Amino acid sequence: MLADTLKHAAEAVSDTVRAAVSHGAPEQSEKFEFSHLLAHMRNSSEIEFPGGHFELPHIPPLHLGGLTLDLSITKHVFFMLLSALILVLVAVYAARKNRRSRVPTGLGNLVEIFVIFMRDEIALPTMGKAGLRYLPYLLSTFFFILIMNLFGLVPYGATSTSNVSVTAALAFIAFVMIQVAAIRAQGVKHYVAHLTGGLHWMFWPIMIPVEVLGLFTKPFALCMRLFANMNGGHIVLLALIGLIFLFRSLIIAPVSVLFSVGISALELFVALLQAYIFTILTALFMGFGIHGEGHEEETDHAH
Amino acid sequence: MEANAIAYLAAGIGSGLVIIGAGLGIGKLAAATMDATGRQPEAAGQARTSMIIAAALIEGVTFFALAICIILATK
Repeated sequence: MLADTLKHAAEAVSDTVRAAVSHGAPEQSEKFEFSHLLAHMRNSSEIEFPGGHFELPHIPPLHLGGLTLDLSITKHVFFMLLSALILVLVAVYAARKNRRSRVPTGLGNLVEIFVIFMRDEIALPTMGKAGLRYLPYLLSTFFFILIMNLFGLVPYGATSTSNVSVTAALAFIAFVMIQVAAIRAQGVKHYVAHLTGGLHWMFWPIMIPVEVLGLFTKPFALCMRLFANMNGGHIVLLALIGLIFLFRSLIIAPVSVLFSVGISALELFVALLQAYIFTILTALFMGFGIHGEGHEEETDHAH
Repeated sequence: MEANAIAYLAAGIGSGLVIIGAGLGIGKLAAATMDATGRQPEAAGQARTSMIIAAALIEGVTFFALAICIILATK
């Protein structure tokens, strides 16, 4: 559904621009099809290379009860697997290198910088000492999302995080981890007691649905934030490059390409920022679960 | 005016309003951060981190509203 809405959005943009442009100018001969440009943003079952394209394997759908699962590998799934593979290789290589020598060098040094940054700026301030247990999860989240986002900026690459299913899955895992952190720190009884908000039992029928809903809005916001941020950059690029085809003149091209370069630089920054934001918000919510909301964070680390 | 036209108009006006809200909110946030940094330069790092987190939260709501505008413009 969302793919169709994006396609219609692009057509709407193009129609309005075309109407504004041809107001008084002679009629254009045929309507330019945005579908090829859009195919780069959407999920498809083939990957493109400089040479041609490669059809991905199609697994017949599984039927589980009333549910039909289509597990065939698409472009976004392929890039997810590729990001996971790169992450595992880099992490294992760096860990092994760091284990061998006392002083980290090379790739081990680089990875250690990131790990220390995550530990001192994200895990410890939000969760305290108890947070070190969740540091591997936070590191995995950060690097996985970062690599997936960066793949979208590479030519012939695709952003897996621009698919709402991927971000929904990440947000679901974050939701589970937040509840695990809260339950492990407070115990099940205390955790359920927090859901009532400490009010008189008369208010429970109102409080409990509201609190449960509040539990779900935070990961939902995480999902939508990542999805919309990753898509927004691509939509702007689509509109800018599409302008060249729309006007069919060469004068527009340098302006359009310059703007596209600027937007791509912004997209690079946004890719890093969104990975960081996802991770730190997850850590923050876990910290709320561990300490209870309204608790002041420790700020005794040196800057 | 037919229903389609009103929907497009609503989507456009809605997007504009959403961006006004987000721009004002994040602008105020940035101003407060700069004030805090001016008063106490040692706390600049902490203020910057909190600013980025708050800006991301505000933008999250913005994008949610923008998604609704896109759905309006296409359904």
